[in-house]
Amino acid sequence: MRELLFATGEHLLIVALSMIVATLVGVGLGILSSWKKRLGTVIITIAEIVQTIPSLALLALLMIIFGLGNLTMGIALVLYALLPIIRNTQVALTELPPAIIDAARGMGMSRSQRLTQVEIPLAIPMIFGGIKVALVNSLSIAVMGVLIGSGGLGYIIYRGIQQRNMARILIGAIPVVVIALFFDWAMTKIEQRLSTHTT
Amino acid sequence: MIEFRNVTKRYGRTTILDDVSFTIERGQFVVLIGPSGCGKTTTLRTINRLIEPKAGTLFIDGEDVTHQNPVELRRKIGYVIQQIGLFPNMTVEQNISVVPKLLKHSRAECEAITRELLALVDMPYEENASKYPSELSGGQQQRIGVLRALAASPPIVLMDEPFGALDPVTRESLQEEVKRIQRKLKKTIVFVTHDMDEALRLADTIIFMDKGRILQMATPEEMLQNPADPLIKSFLGRHTDDEAIAAPKKAEAFMKRRVYTVHENAKTLESIERMRKREVNSLVVIDDDERFLGTVSIEAIKERGKAGHPIREYINGETLTVHRSDDAKEAFDKLLSSSENYVIVLNDDRTVAGIITRTSTAKAMGEALWGEMDA
Amino acid sequence: MKLITLFSSNWHPLLSSVGTHSMLVIISVGLGIIIAVPLGILLTRKSGAAPIVLAAASMVQTIPGLVMLGFALVLLGIGRKPALATLTVYSILPILQNTYTGISEVPFAYTDAAKGIGMTPMQVLFKVELPLAVAPIISGIRTSAVYIVSWATLAGMIGAGGLGDWIWTGLATYNTDYILLGAIPSALLALLFSASIALLERLLKPRGLRRMS
Repeated sequence: MRELLFATGEHLLIVALSMIVATLVGVGLGILSSWKKRLGTVIITIAEIVQTIPSLALLALLMIIFGLGNLTMGIALVLYALLPIIRNTQVALTELPPAIIDAARGMGMSRSQRLTQVEIPLAIPMIFGGIKVALVNSLSIAVMGVLIGSGGLGYIIYRGIQQRNMARILIGAIPVVVIALFFDWAMTKIEQRLSTHTT
Repeated sequence: MIEFRNVTKRYGRTTILDDVSFTIERGQFVVLIGPSGCGKTTTLRTINRLIEPKAGTLFIDGEDVTHQNPVELRRKIGYVIQQIGLFPNMTVEQNISVVPKLLKHSRAECEAITRELLALVDMPYEENASKYPSELSGGQQQRIGVLRALAASPPIVLMDEPFGALDPVTRESLQEEVKRIQRKLKKTIVFVTHDMDEALRLADTIIFMDKGRILQMATPEEMLQNPADPLIKSFLGRHTDDEAIAAPKKAEAFMKRRVYTVHENAKTLESIERMRKREVNSLVVIDDDERFLGTVSIEAIKERGKAGHPIREYINGETLTVHRSDDAKEAFDKLLSSSENYVIVLNDDRTVAGIITRTSTAKAMGEALWGEMDA
Repeated sequence: MKLITLFSSNWHPLLSSVGTHSMLVIISVGLGIIIAVPLGILLTRKSGAAPIVLAAASMVQTIPGLVMLGFALVLLGIGRKPALATLTVYSILPILQNTYTGISEVPFAYTDAAKGIGMTPMQVLFKVELPLAVAPIISGIRTSAVYIVSWATLAGMIGAGGLGDWIWTGLATYNTDYILLGAIPSALLALLFSASIALLERLLKPRGLRRMS
């Protein structure tokens, strides 16, 4: 039981830290992509390619570079989380109603004022939606950390697989699925809340 | 010939079509019109059985179609909708020849049909046949929509607000084209709209519907001269002449229809309770046949009333009355020359039609002087 | 330089792994299409069942691949068949979702017009609904194929064969060469599948729809 709690905590911690990094980097790159269209296409294509690489292959390759441990897992999670966040940020910022941007410009706002006071607040529901998708994915992918010496619930699952013990696999798997479904549900609610204020 | 016989349609508890019967002669241009939710589109969609009625029968050329195969029926009836519904994955030619193809016409026949129809609306075949709907303007798209409906030369064409989404200029030219085509090809057209201008311009016969019933079915001429209902009059709006408005008003035009009545056998306390609930000082007393007997006031009951006695004992038989078709002026004169606060308006059979109060008189005069009022 | 010698000295077994891997993907996605497209169409006809089935499908998708393969291992044993069964289940989900939404989002005006001019339900489906839903359905197939390339590497764990074998061996023995020999080709394979299906999508999309989007 203590082992399960500890593993769950570790799992959540790894995912949470990676998500914070991924959000900062992803939103930043998303804003950049919305400003420079060419560069944006390049950034998103790269993120798409990263997303396409099989998770086992990416993890193994990262392990060669960064060695075993939590850091490598974190980097993998950040890389996988980037695409939905970048894409949603970029789409949200480029598809803002032109009338609103026009009004902001007409009121004499500078580019950075427009961004912080008008554009980002309006884009938040959609950005949040991207973070939700990334988070739910990450919870599932983090299970593979066990293969590269990182902690979390994957360890319990993998030991169950090696022992061919269904109960053990389930003990590790159920928290993963329940947590993922919970975040999916809760963040969808928050997303709806957020969007009622902006539309 | 299309005949509706006692057609009824319900969705759950709401009745969409309420025992509708009418006949449309061959070669007629019939327009269904009315406020939204009146059942006009449902009527149209019943003809090609996109909607199945709850009860009643539909005959086309004397044949009961309620048991025919709906797919075959629809191939013999053209169908045009407001959203146009041209298939975006097909070219103009493919769209026009959809039905002929379903009917297994050869490729050459389909092309001949497309050529002939495009010529009808002055859209050259060479220029337009291989275009996709997304390459056409809205007006052109709907022209193709109309042609698609005509392609298998069906004797009947149904049109559901086909020009509703077009700008006024395009709409007008399409109306003319459709009218011309209808005359030339002698089609029976059933056309739904909520635009009276359009109805008057196109129709041989207008069917005006409200709340699932037909209020009037008449030629445009007739409807203009004799609108059968105030609602129709309001739809005709600027088309009716102003004489009707200047004509002397009848009492019924000023009355309030809500009148609180009480049966002559009701007891005193019961009547007081009723007045309290309705916040009125008097009630209209009626007999078993709902005929007017007089009024009873709260003062009369308070002064003389005994608990448990029927209120007919306290009726004031002197209440002012007018007939509903009496001149309104008469009602006003009666009111002004007495100390009463109201006049009761009666129907022919002496049942109560409504009430004219001092307040409603004042309002009517205000309106006569300053136009529509809010209160 | 070292990479080139590594690949050139192992190209023969590697090629056979690529072949096996591709077969795994093609078979499971193929089965996925055969099951998911008709099922998705059926769901649009029985609107009551759709929310339940789709919710169940998205729930299954939150189960980590490692867990699903663990189940398969315990329940079905080691080998290619259990692996294929698991991969097929996974491949169904994105295709099912996209078929359902693709068809239910065909505007009512088109299906209404199609019915109104006398198409049978089958003709409405094949002449109007499916052509208009081709793009979302194929993009579901693409998502599915990319996932399956990834899960097929994982399935090396339960003896599916393919490129996963190299990575698993490399991880177990800390052999960098094996990891590279498995990881790089599997990444390229995933990109190849993704790109070729994207191309297919563009080719199959009805011409009249192309300029609309």
